[in-house]
Amino acid sequence: MFDSLQNRLGDVFDRLKKRGALKEADVTAALREVRVALLEADVALPVVKEFVDKVRERAIGQEVIKSVSPGQQVIKIVHDNLVEMLGTDSSGINLNAVPPVPILMVGLQGGGKTTSTAKLAKRLKERDRKKVLMASLDIYRPAAREQLRVLGEQIDVATLPISENETPVSIAKRAMTAGKLQGFDVVMLDTAGRLSIDESMMDEVIQVRDAVKPAETILVADAMTGQDAVTTARNFNERVGLTGIVLTRMDGDARGGAALSMRAVTGVPIKAVGVGERADALEDFHPERVAGRILGMGDVVSLVEKAAETIEVEEAERIAKKMQKGAFDLEDMLSQLRQVKKMGGLGGVMSMLPGMGKLQKQMAGANMDDSVIKKQEAIILSMTKVERKNVKLMNASRRRRIAAGSGTSVQEVNKLLKQHQDMTRVMKQMGKMGGMKGLGALLGGGGGMPGMPSPGQMPGQLPSGLGGKGMPKLPGGMLPPGFPGKK
Amino acid sequence: MSDELGEGEERRGWFRRLKDGLAKSSSKLVGGISGVFTTKRLDEASLEELEDVLITADLGIETSARLIASLSKAKFGKDVTDEEVRTSFAEEIAEILRPAARPLDVATGRKPHIVLMVGVNGSGKTTTIGKLAKQFKDRGLSVMMAAGDTFRAAAIEQLQVWGERTGTPVIAKAQGSDAAALAFDAINEAKAAGADVLLIDTAGRLQNRAELMEELAKVIRVIRKQDETAPHDCVLVLDGTVGQNAHNQVKAFKEMVAVSGLVITKLDGSTRGGVVVALADQFELPVHAVGVGESAEDLQPFDADRFARDLMGLE
Repeated sequence: MFDSLQNRLGDVFDRLKKRGALKEADVTAALREVRVALLEADVALPVVKEFVDKVRERAIGQEVIKSVSPGQQVIKIVHDNLVEMLGTDSSGINLNAVPPVPILMVGLQGGGKTTSTAKLAKRLKERDRKKVLMASLDIYRPAAREQLRVLGEQIDVATLPISENETPVSIAKRAMTAGKLQGFDVVMLDTAGRLSIDESMMDEVIQVRDAVKPAETILVADAMTGQDAVTTARNFNERVGLTGIVLTRMDGDARGGAALSMRAVTGVPIKAVGVGERADALEDFHPERVAGRILGMGDVVSLVEKAAETIEVEEAERIAKKMQKGAFDLEDMLSQLRQVKKMGGLGGVMSMLPGMGKLQKQMAGANMDDSVIKKQEAIILSMTKVERKNVKLMNASRRRRIAAGSGTSVQEVNKLLKQHQDMTRVMKQMGKMGGMKGLGALLGGGGGMPGMPSPGQMPGQLPSGLGGKGMPKLPGGMLPPGFPGKK
Repeated sequence: MSDELGEGEERRGWFRRLKDGLAKSSSKLVGGISGVFTTKRLDEASLEELEDVLITADLGIETSARLIASLSKAKFGKDVTDEEVRTSFAEEIAEILRPAARPLDVATGRKPHIVLMVGVNGSGKTTTIGKLAKQFKDRGLSVMMAAGDTFRAAAIEQLQVWGERTGTPVIAKAQGSDAAALAFDAINEAKAAGADVLLIDTAGRLQNRAELMEELAKVIRVIRKQDETAPHDCVLVLDGTVGQNAHNQVKAFKEMVAVSGLVITKLDGSTRGGVVVALADQFELPVHAVGVGESAEDLQPFDADRFARDLMGLE
């Protein structure tokens, strides 16, 4: 629903063709769009203001580099400043204390504390080879302690035995004693969720903190949080004192402005991000990726990683080889359709690509959605194995049969065959140029997208002029086979 | 809930709780507006500041702009007081919200009236089901709950605790079993027991996870094998602290599972509520209830005028 900043700025700068230094008026116009983009990404208003002022100061008078447009130049400045403000890559958990090292997990209700506690424990156990004990101090939410116990079993991390009628402080002390006696390296304390305004609960955390003197106090917060993110982070930081933040639900489609807000008001690093429900779905924090995401410029790195995760490597290489030879048959196309589906459908793939705001709209307008993939899958599944291997067999009677079998029309079958033909041709060319790598090739088969720009036009949409450091570059050959421009 | 002794006393108690909760929500918003105005001329600069105040309350850019435009049309260049600005906003907001204020009606005589609760992780589905069960039960309806979150560790136990608290039977299977099959069995049991209401919990899922959304669609298909008209209500539980992503959530769930209404939870923190206005503005969905606290009574029917006035800090 949101236009990317790129599109917005494009509109501003379309009117302005001259080059040279960035003028104050241009910068002000551009920053108005930046402000809207940041607010739409849920960056808190005070943080937005501070940020915009800083960027204005730095941008005015800067020479526009020859090969880029003023809009791109402003985006680069904005992006670089965002990255700077978001901080460095994840720092590890601080374990410099006498074992057992206490780690306190705090946060609002439903933010994902218990799950994140288990994820961090698993990582400490596997990556840092630490012996970890987890204890839940949540005596309020029904079955909260049971939840941590079950998670502990799943990841093979010890949990403190549950006993009734204990206060959070005494559970915390018992956990530390058990940690000492049983030789644990780390004791993770999962506190009860609270509303930031709830004084009595806040006091309780402070008591626990004073009782165990944690080496780390980590705020677990939902990446989807709105303007209230600053209030929450500031409250916890002022009352309890934070040393780090874990941002959860980064696998959602929120733009994640909360990351910037919380980092800005607390000054503490973001230690990790939660990206799924499984216990290993915890990743390091990368400011560059989050900056791109906040600006609506996509998160190409995550897309590639997600692709790498969901796509079987052998299958990938097999198809890539066939593609280069131009021997890409319908069976391969089917496999590709399924890969796209696995990655969260077209929407999932598109939302991570930069500059796709407009395209997504066009797709919606052209009724391009995942039902098309489903239909194409049905068409291919209605073919015999022999037909899938050899498209040339496809005469009129076979096409009629396939249309009937898949509940589609002969026109739709023809369209799919035409698309396959186009893909084969493009791939052959790419193969000759040697530009295809397995992964990129696999993103193919998005399924003929009406209104999509042809491969040649794509780079113009991308922030290609932004130079190395700031922006993740598209891996070579990623888009063209995936988004055949010919209908 | 209303047939107890000391009803008046208790009712004031709820209102106070709601008000206290919302007062915290609105104090920042109101403080912001008062900061912009005492009495002064409404000019471009003050309009811009006002817009910022609305945005800070998560009203979103579009809705904020619309409210500002309407204020500007009526009052631009005139001398206005803080009170006038607040009243004007409250009226506009109430107008947006009024069509959305419709409580969840389960006393339909269907046995059972089936309510499916959906939402992203951590939005408060299980807790809301527990609270609804208590309220329906207090009203004299026979209620059953189905522990359909078979994924999250201890979600089943959490609902069972609510079952004990409210004296409501909970249909459950082992963790990891098929949610659709559980829903199917639960409907059977609710029919056999002649229950008035069946509340079905589901696992939390992010709206952009296609495979999980597909799984939810399957639960509904299976429910329809038992009763073609079911689920009679499909309620999306939204976390009130969520920002602009709430739009994506409503849109995605609406497309996939035909959401029939919303419950907004956690409206008892600091800046809140603005997102409800933006949602009511864009999606024509009833807001059945708002959660303003932790106890069962804190799940309140949604009152548009009151909400709007409280949000603006008006009596």
